[in-house]
Amino acid sequence: MTHQLTTPASEEQIRALRVGDAVEISGALFTGRDAAHKYFHQGGALPPGVSFEGMILYHCGPVVIRDERGEWKAVAAGPTTSIREEPYEAEIIRRFGLRGVIGKGGMGPRTLKACREHGCVYFHAIGGAAQVLAERIRKVRNVYFLEEFGSPEAIWEFEVERFPAVVTMDSHGHSLHAKVLEESRAALQRALGLEG
Amino acid sequence: MRELEASLLELVRRTSTEIPDDVQKALLESLEREKKGTVAEEALRIIERNIEMARRKSQPICQDTGSVLFYLEAPAGFDCVGFEEAARRAVTEATRRGYLRQNCVDPLTGRNDGTNVGPGFPTFHYDFHSGGEATVRLILKGGGCENVGTQYALPYGPLKADRDLEGCRRVILDAVFQAQGKGCSPGVLGVCVGGDRATGYEHSKRQLLRKLDDRNPNPELDRLEREILEAGNSLGIGPMGFGGRTTLLGVKIGALHRVPASYFVTVSYMCWACRRQGAVLNAEGAAVRWLY
Ligand code: SF4
Repeated sequence: MTHQLTTPASEEQIRALRVGDAVEISGALFTGRDAAHKYFHQGGALPPGVSFEGMILYHCGPVVIRDERGEWKAVAAGPTTSIREEPYEAEIIRRFGLRGVIGKGGMGPRTLKACREHGCVYFHAIGGAAQVLAERIRKVRNVYFLEEFGSPEAIWEFEVERFPAVVTMDSHGHSLHAKVLEESRAALQRALGLEG
Repeated sequence: MRELEASLLELVRRTSTEIPDDVQKALLESLEREKKGTVAEEALRIIERNIEMARRKSQPICQDTGSVLFYLEAPAGFDCVGFEEAARRAVTEATRRGYLRQNCVDPLTGRNDGTNVGPGFPTFHYDFHSGGEATVRLILKGGGCENVGTQYALPYGPLKADRDLEGCRRVILDAVFQAQGKGCSPGVLGVCVGGDRATGYEHSKRQLLRKLDDRNPNPELDRLEREILEAGNSLGIGPMGFGGRTTLLGVKIGALHRVPASYFVTVSYMCWACRRQGAVLNAEGAAVRWLY
């Protein structure tokens, strides 16, 4: 069964999600990657009028073009590797009231702890699926810090419809990444005849 | 010259937007093998849909269009300088048309001039022969999977890996484990046994030019390829590291002579978006046949 989730999400909705759940996300979605995380970490504020309360942050450096009518259009928008933001994410979740983070490859114990304490989850999008994921972006609502950070690093505000992702870190302290790591380690040790 | 540039532009377009048939076939097989109703199966379904969309829209399969690696087999006397100039122009034009992302950064200044041309970008590898035809192949190698590539020096104590094929098997499986899903699994391994640190990586990448369904002419390496494919998949890492039955789509191993003091095993990891294409060129530079 695929869960439907619309942003802004409530704590209750997020707490109901478990590792391994397939989710389709609709509503507003903000991108943010290396430059944005560094900026927030150094005390930078959200742009005026923007709130991350109940929102989901997408680790993504999209390819966005202007179409014939001068409107922004995301043409390729797969996830980027999330672990680079591990030093910053916990603080950003707490400070802005984020309810979700989307990326690929998973994150570490600090983020997992912040998810548990503040009611947030990590969603894994399909790495490399740039076309399928861009198609779910119905509208580019706005862009912030375009000049300062450049296009891939800017904060884009998308409106998405049924954007597919999988919960791989939930708000109850469980991480699919940690589980697969341990199980595959045991399988490797068996295959190599090594002691655990 | 114009003809060559046009062929190379088309080569880049096909490589970035059309997955080779043998890779697509392997992905379809893994989709059938995956347990129904799992997130691993769903990941493979999305990958399938993505491949179809990229081909239809002639847009990049993945937004990371990677390092641009040209492999040329040419008759002696081939005009390499002219070829490289045409290739650089084709890459710049392909970037302008959106087949390639602006993906090339000066490591010292952090500057990206948007052309995808700079020192080491694109990269050229040559093999010369006495025959008549020139063949050009291209690999687009993404960054996420490049980051999980690795090199072992045998013997390697922690894995009880000695200087033999069993030792190779042990470290290659460890590389699969270390990569988890981070290289956008299911992936393809290119491996080199032997060589020095530089040729090891070069030769391991070259293995990625092989079709997934080919057989290694060396029976021992052929056996090792099959063993690692099976054992790698039994680690249960699965598509995207979600857990599942397919972690690897293929394993390709080559060997280079080594010096007595060194025994390297080098692993290059290619993501599911295994982008390679090639063409046989006529004397004018026109593509007369596509290879994958
Ligand atoms: S590893 Fe491959 S599929 Fe994944 S993001 Fe990089 S280029 Fe794309």
